[in-house]
Amino acid sequence: MATVMKHPTARHKRQWSKNLAILAILAGLVVLFYVITIVRMGGG
Amino acid sequence: MNDTPTEITATAPPVALAGEESVADFVALLKPRVMSLVVFTGLAGIVLAPGALHPVLAVSVLLCIAVGAGASGAINMWYERDIDALMERTRNRPLPAGRMEPGTALGFGVVLAVGSVTVMGLAANWTAAALLALTIGFYVFVYTVWLKRRTVHNIVIGGAAGAFPPIVGWAAVSGDIGLGAIALFALIFIWTPPHFWALALYRRGDYQRAGVPMLPVVAGVRETRKQILLYTLLLAPLALAPWAIGMAGPVYAVVAAVLGVVFVALAVGIWFDSGERYARRTFAYSILYLFLLFAVLIGERLLGFQG
Repeated sequence: MATVMKHPTARHKRQWSKNLAILAILAGLVVLFYVITIVRMGGG
Repeated sequence: MNDTPTEITATAPPVALAGEESVADFVALLKPRVMSLVVFTGLAGIVLAPGALHPVLAVSVLLCIAVGAGASGAINMWYERDIDALMERTRNRPLPAGRMEPGTALGFGVVLAVGSVTVMGLAANWTAAALLALTIGFYVFVYTVWLKRRTVHNIVIGGAAGAFPPIVGWAAVSGDIGLGAIALFALIFIWTPPHFWALALYRRGDYQRAGVPMLPVVAGVRETRKQILLYTLLLAPLALAPWAIGMAGPVYAVVAAVLGVVFVALAVGIWFDSGERYARRTFAYSILYLFLLFAVLIGERLLGFQG
């Protein structure tokens, strides 16, 4: 297992990139919902 | 010139392996170049509509329009993966190239569609959300599923989907659809046929192989050239409508008039050209034309012309 993780395959790299992208999008969505709610509650 | 479509036996696209797709493939599904034009025209609707929107909400609305357009593109690519494999222009897309499973693309598109409409409702209003849903539904069901493979009028009717974004932006600000929004819709609606027919003129081999009834394939090159010229002669004066109804100022009127004359000149060039040179130039120019028109509309308003 340690050997596999030391030398990630192209597939692992692709999956890692996709996981990061999903994490970024989810975090962005959370921020977006917070900001929209704050603005709407403030009368915007 | 033989305009009769010939029978082509389609070869099955390569079988996708799960997990082979990259982030770039998901981005490609969104048709980013189309998305940028959609966002720009949506921005025009936001800027030109009566009333004001908090900047954060305006950015959210633009984001929703962009994601909604991307969702439409992803679902379109899922549905058209069979004919995309037959066309040189599209055979390297993620699905025909076998880099992504069809179900992944469909799920991605549906999630984006539902998400963009929901956030639009929360950020702006449910009228704009309904219009965004209508836009996505029109592009997917009316244009992609129903019209594109069945009728030569696919672009004329289906092109309405590309004309909705300024209405969505307008409704996000004002809550309704005004005369200005209709003028912007009409502008893009009449622009769409000559834009796509210019492309179809020099890509007619692709459309013929895929069996898509684009005008050059069904009616021939000469008829397509005539229709491009007719639509362009209609578009040039129509582009003055925003100025005529008082939504835009004299700078826009002059720019629209000059750009329209150039567009008509290119269409005349297509009429007399025996090759594809003017078709390629016209397609490229049509994109610049729309961008410049909407850039001036937005710029005039931001610089103080209030209509």
